[in-house]
Amino acid sequence: MILPALAYLGVFYVVPFYSLLRTSLSTMGGSVYLPTLTFAWDFGNYGQALTEYREQILRSFGYALTATVFCLLLAFPLAYVIAFKAGRFKNLLLGLVILPFFVTFLIRTIAWKTILADDGWVVDALGAVGLLPSEGRLLSTSWGVIGGLTYNWVIFMILPLYVALEKIDPRLLEASRDLYATNRRMFGKVILPLAMPGVLAGSLLVFIPAVGDFINADYLGSTKTTMIGNVIQKQFLVVKDYPVAAAMSFVLMAFILAGVLLYTRALGTEDLV
Amino acid sequence: MTTQAVTDMASPGRTLRGTFKLGDLALRVVAGLVLVYLFVPILVIIVFSFNKPKGKFNYTWQGFTWENWANPFKYPALAEALRLSLNVAAVSTAIALVLGTLVAIALVRQRFRGSKVVDTFLVLPLTSPEVVMGASLLTLFLSLGWATGYVTILIAHVAFEISFIAMTVRARIRGFDWTLEDASLDLGAGPVRTFFKVTLPLVVPGIVAAAMLSFALSLDDFIITYFVSGSTVTYPLYVNAATKAAVPPQINVLATAILLISLVLLVGGTLYRSKKAPI
Repeated sequence: MILPALAYLGVFYVVPFYSLLRTSLSTMGGSVYLPTLTFAWDFGNYGQALTEYREQILRSFGYALTATVFCLLLAFPLAYVIAFKAGRFKNLLLGLVILPFFVTFLIRTIAWKTILADDGWVVDALGAVGLLPSEGRLLSTSWGVIGGLTYNWVIFMILPLYVALEKIDPRLLEASRDLYATNRRMFGKVILPLAMPGVLAGSLLVFIPAVGDFINADYLGSTKTTMIGNVIQKQFLVVKDYPVAAAMSFVLMAFILAGVLLYTRALGTEDLV
Repeated sequence: MTTQAVTDMASPGRTLRGTFKLGDLALRVVAGLVLVYLFVPILVIIVFSFNKPKGKFNYTWQGFTWENWANPFKYPALAEALRLSLNVAAVSTAIALVLGTLVAIALVRQRFRGSKVVDTFLVLPLTSPEVVMGASLLTLFLSLGWATGYVTILIAHVAFEISFIAMTVRARIRGFDWTLEDASLDLGAGPVRTFFKVTLPLVVPGIVAAAMLSFALSLDDFIITYFVSGSTVTYPLYVNAATKAAVPPQINVLATAILLISLVLLVGGTLYRSKKAPI
């Protein structure tokens, strides 16, 4: 029963990675119009990728990490209220949380372009209370990109967090209350440790798409906010320097694969979906 | 969601409410604000579907009109792109559903040697950045000399949907009483009959949920499709191209329409499920 799916993923998931790896170690030859790739164990592509695009690599990890933290801060109160305080509105609230994500990701991002516009009310309001970044605007800044990354993937934090919180036996909370735990202690010693699987799964599910994204940087950022995804996309589809682009992809994948394997080793795959 | 879970959840609220009213209220307000935040861009999209834009872009408010809603398919290329996306979503989901469901059932029912490895292997596509998946598929198609287009889009979509479907179905059917199958076999039903009369009805709710998720993911996918589409234009690809040249408000009209249809399906599904015995 598992063979058809495994065969499919073997051919269209594993083999592409092999071909990506091969490409990343090849040398480009031929003309611009008819490029030829020769496999040559050319590790120079990796050197080029890591030095030339160091800035983008560091920036991507910084942005994705910041967005993950923002997602956690936004998702926790909402997931907590849905899990513990919503009563019979629980399903309704879950439905409402999911609903915005039925609008195409791209169109949502374009909507943020309107919201964060230089003459929009968000910029005005932030300016009025003195919270505007030093650039005097949000669009085309790092904060614009991070905001977009946060919004687009916050659902992947809310849902696993909700699932983890919902599993907590309320009697544990009552017990900690009976044993005179303060709110803070109850949160730190009971709720947070039990919510940890959700926090980790959510972080992974937000961080991964965020770190490889190029749409938010494209729409909400500027040439100063380009990420790894922008480089890979441009090298593959515009410049057509396949070896360096493939090397970039592999660097990104290696980091993430290490994280995912560590995660599944420690916690299994159950909490991820 | 069982009613037991809901009543369980209701009780701590009652016992704790008296002890920290203010913190509780603050928490609810923050949660409410987060929910509002989720809907801000959606409201913008809906409002701007009624905009009467001057010039080519639909980024600033110019005036109210019904015209966009009266002519949702005014731009044939947009309608065609949407039609193609719906086609890809339906066909790829149908293929991935068969492959993914079989794996899910196998994983839940049999602990076989290497099932843990299969588990991790299935999760990998979900945790690969889309840009990497798109790029790797492109290098494969390039090296095979395949022209990118409808078929390669389909192949790519099935590849990322299988894992989603397998994981979703697996999550829903874990903990079922599979001895029912043995009972059916004992009572003289053949394996085929048992599959259709016992196994399938048990897993159908999970399959429906997985199919809807997969369909939505396919319809929404931009990054992977961008790599493997060649000159074929899906709905998200049309939207992306439009932002470089001209953004018609019909994009917002169709997005709002899709949202409304999803809402109807969501509410309908919930009502349907709550009427049937909770699983």
